[in-house]
Amino acid sequence: MMETGLNSDDLQAVWLTLKLASVSTLLLLFIATPLAWWLAHSNRWYKGMVAATVALPLVIPPTVLGFYLLLLMGPHGVVGELTSALNLGRLPFTFYGLVVGSVLFSLPFAVQPIQNAFEAIGKRPLEVAATLRASVWDRFVSVALPLARPGFLTAIILAFAHTVGEFGVVLMLGGNIPGETRVLSVAIYNHVEAMEYGAAHWLAGGMVLFSFIVLLSLYLVGGKLWRGAR
Amino acid sequence: MSDIRASFKMQLDSFALDASFTAPAVGVTALFGPSGSGKTTLLRCIAGLERAQGTLQVHGETWQNDSDFMPVHKRPLGYVFQEASLFPHLSVRANLEYGFKRILPSERKVPLEQVVEWLGLIRLIDRKDPAQLSGGERQRVAIGRALLTSPRILLMDEPLSALDSNSKQEILPYLERLHRELNIPVLYVSHAMDEVARLADHLVLLEKGRVIASGALHETLASLDLPTAHFDDAGTVLEATVAQQDEKYHLTRLDFAGGQLWVGRVEQPFGTTVRARVLARDVSIATQPPQGSSINNILNARIEEIRDEGPDKVIVRMQVGDAHILLSRITRRSRDLLGLHAGMYVCAQVKSIALMA
Repeated sequence: MMETGLNSDDLQAVWLTLKLASVSTLLLLFIATPLAWWLAHSNRWYKGMVAATVALPLVIPPTVLGFYLLLLMGPHGVVGELTSALNLGRLPFTFYGLVVGSVLFSLPFAVQPIQNAFEAIGKRPLEVAATLRASVWDRFVSVALPLARPGFLTAIILAFAHTVGEFGVVLMLGGNIPGETRVLSVAIYNHVEAMEYGAAHWLAGGMVLFSFIVLLSLYLVGGKLWRGAR
Repeated sequence: MSDIRASFKMQLDSFALDASFTAPAVGVTALFGPSGSGKTTLLRCIAGLERAQGTLQVHGETWQNDSDFMPVHKRPLGYVFQEASLFPHLSVRANLEYGFKRILPSERKVPLEQVVEWLGLIRLIDRKDPAQLSGGERQRVAIGRALLTSPRILLMDEPLSALDSNSKQEILPYLERLHRELNIPVLYVSHAMDEVARLADHLVLLEKGRVIASGALHETLASLDLPTAHFDDAGTVLEATVAQQDEKYHLTRLDFAGGQLWVGRVEQPFGTTVRARVLARDVSIATQPPQGSSINNILNARIEEIRDEGPDKVIVRMQVGDAHILLSRITRRSRDLLGLHAGMYVCAQVKSIALMA
């Protein structure tokens, strides 16, 4: 510990970041999958609006997203009033507030690869499954999901990595509470502010290495999955 | 009631489907027409893959009417698509068993082993990756996969059209075998007359989204009122039995109710029924039994009708025996020189005969 300049708060930040990224990615899979399915198959006139809304976090600055979420979930916001009324307290400056922010922020990174994968499958395999007595849900589970596996893998990597690296939304929404909302990127920022470049290096370099290892292992393992799923 | 009654209306961007037909629920019914005539759309409506307005009854069971629409997966049908569309993430065996597993064991009338035997899948069933199979092999697996749901009707959408001619020749015998041995009615979409003549018993003729004729194959093909009689490859089919093998000349005699035909050697036992197709362009007409002709097959016929076909040609419809019709395409000049007219007795000279096993 002494040589690296890292303190126990930093390790907590690492742990918190991984927890946030895992929880957000898991939630994203449950939200993004039906959304991607609908976007891939719907012909409704408002499909474009939904698609644009989902893609919005790609282009608006994270601080802007964080700012509006803060207002929404704050004491005078619609969501804030709702959570208060439900005795859940308020979301800003809590871990769960960060989860909400991350999920929204990373939504396009999860939806788009899955949507592309569903679109690439086309209607035919699902029609074949229907003529072979598979119900709608059965077709989804036995045909669409396995065929869309590469898309899911990409979505998981992107959503996870994107959440790990998130900074602006966190700062606006969660602040800097150790053990609760102080994630890696914020910890690095703190170290740099305090001129503790050594510690910042360890965290930043660790993040680069971690990201590389995740991508490499997914590439090595996933390469087979990718090919197998075609 | 054991038949198929279908009536559909549907407006698409490019064309309107307004098709009604009744077909017997035995044998093979071909939905035949040029591309764009709506035959595939009609088949998809029957499967429930397209949602058209209309009614559909199969074997007396209502699959669709104004108020009810049975979803695809509840319809006891098998569907073979133009491309085999095997599931790429499943092995050949898992593909075959996909539908089989999804029906109640008590409804499994066709055992897996039987389908494997029928379609010659023994060497294929343990292959892991269906993408490695040839086009013909894939289509055989797809047919087997559909049959294994023990369907009450089999729908086939141009199952041969995506295949090269070798693969086609590989599959046709299997289809004929299914036709002979399987007691499931088949609706077969095709735009290839040779396939239809070979496989179908009943013909539903489509044009621009409408049914223009429906009837037994041999009657429909023989009707001069229908466009099929005026195609370049117009012709009729005869059912005949193997009657004699000529060892010296390597020929086989086929007998039918209107006479006999000598054809190239047929390796089938005596009494086997074979289907022969005689094209209008391969039949010529003589008013007297010809002397010194190289043509083996000369049949006594009575002209029923002659119809103009363009500026130079006429098509002649002749009855041979009690029930068989031959068509002959000759020049207008020949008609006038020979003084051919309806009711006249003539000799039909058949230059070539296509046998369909």
